[in-house]
Amino acid sequence: MLQANKYGHVHVRPLKSAYSCGSSGGNVVDDLSMRCSGRWLLIRLLAFIVVLFLALPALAGEKIIVAAASDLKFAMDEVVVLFKTAHPGDTVETVYGSSGKFYAQLQQGAPYDLFFSADIAYPRALKEAGLAASDVHAYGLGRLVLWRAGGASGPVRLADLADPAITRIAIANPRHAPYGKRAEEALKASGVWEKVEPRLVFGENVAQTAQFVQTGNAQVGLIALSLALSPELAQHGSYTLIPETLHQPLEQGFVITRRAADNPLAQHFANFVQSKEARAILLRYGFAPPTK
Amino acid sequence: MDSLFSSGDLSAIWLTVKLASLVTLILLVIGTPLAWWLARTRSVFKSAVGAVVALPIVLPPTVIGFYLLLSMGPNGPLGQLTQSLGIGLLPFTFSGLVVASIVYSLPFVVQPLQNAFENIPERTLETAATLRASPLDTFFSVALPLARPGYLTALVLGFAHTVGEFGVVLMIGGNIPQQTRVVSIQIYDHVEAMDYAGAHGLSAAMLVFAFLVLLALYTLNPSGKKK
Repeated sequence: MLQANKYGHVHVRPLKSAYSCGSSGGNVVDDLSMRCSGRWLLIRLLAFIVVLFLALPALAGEKIIVAAASDLKFAMDEVVVLFKTAHPGDTVETVYGSSGKFYAQLQQGAPYDLFFSADIAYPRALKEAGLAASDVHAYGLGRLVLWRAGGASGPVRLADLADPAITRIAIANPRHAPYGKRAEEALKASGVWEKVEPRLVFGENVAQTAQFVQTGNAQVGLIALSLALSPELAQHGSYTLIPETLHQPLEQGFVITRRAADNPLAQHFANFVQSKEARAILLRYGFAPPTK
Repeated sequence: MDSLFSSGDLSAIWLTVKLASLVTLILLVIGTPLAWWLARTRSVFKSAVGAVVALPIVLPPTVIGFYLLLSMGPNGPLGQLTQSLGIGLLPFTFSGLVVASIVYSLPFVVQPLQNAFENIPERTLETAATLRASPLDTFFSVALPLARPGYLTALVLGFAHTVGEFGVVLMIGGNIPQQTRVVSIQIYDHVEAMDYAGAHGLSAAMLVFAFLVLLALYTLNPSGKKK
């Protein structure tokens, strides 16, 4: 901390000498052309870069920021790529995280235009609070899987997790991640919760949960089918589906937020997600079509 | 007290204090010879070692967390070492957090000590030597007392910086109660679960703690050079 200040000084010094350059006494013209022309060029270049950065967003078309539950990480990336081919001038930014976190952030005015939640209860609550600009649309049903890195050997059923040879079992944090909540329900329903609980590690969201298993730090994890089917994970492990009867449905839903009420691109994207092409991508990642 | 902090909060506070105390103690022990060497050596490796020690100041905690997760995992070099020693794997354990925090807080202990040692004039140590004090005796009876302000700074900064750790713990901790769920993680969970009352209690406590620590540091150890 004390020495970090020193680094600050290193940056300050050259700037000061650049300013003193123009104000030195004597032959100013000579000064500018001889000693300072290089510096002036640099300053002009910097000014140009600053102007360029300021101007860039204005040159682009419409822009939206999509907040999506981490189980959508790979599926949404594909949806966005496809959407962009039809809207080449527009920008779609995606942010992935736990649904509960996005809900809390949106209540505090986070700049997300659409909110895709792994639990439809969050967008519904947003709508009730008057923070949504559209109805809540269901876009699929998520599935929970038991995932293990490496070969096919290992536990296949939740009951197998009682085996003390498995020292670390990863689930998403049940306090705010929908897949974590469902994982807890499934473990309780299959009667192994008490035996499993001391060996649980909690991922901040379902993607980090998968990453704990992928790096080998946990032997198994309860993650989203959509992640297990992604190219990144499919080649590194294998999964078994957890019966849907063991937990509440993972009904996924999205909503356009209030700040995007007048943003036509947000509406276009919402329509596109419900189109046949986008549905096909979601289906490929294991999201069953919504029940309604 | 009971209404302000839940039992989960109290266990997170106790865990954090335990972690920070242990890490500070270990860092003072391994930081002393390292800082002494850095302060006194004329070796060509001085700059390189100094730069490595300072790395955690500059690196994002995510970089440290990522490399630690991989290296302490079953396929990483550290993980294979700990497994062959029969310790098991370090991620998601208290020991893992201790190792990570030692890396993370190293410069905050070594640099104040190094500064303190560098401020001891060579002459003072030579005088001690002419009075037939052994190098070890010189260190303990001359250098150490002279470096006392440096030790106070190192102790406070090492402890406080470990308490303030978040990113590394988030990446390798696994959020286990009484093992790796430290105060900063507990606050994050409160916020994500929209338990703002819980988050307020712990955050306010951290704010007061941080202020008192820095106040103590600046009161007990005023910067002598600026007089």
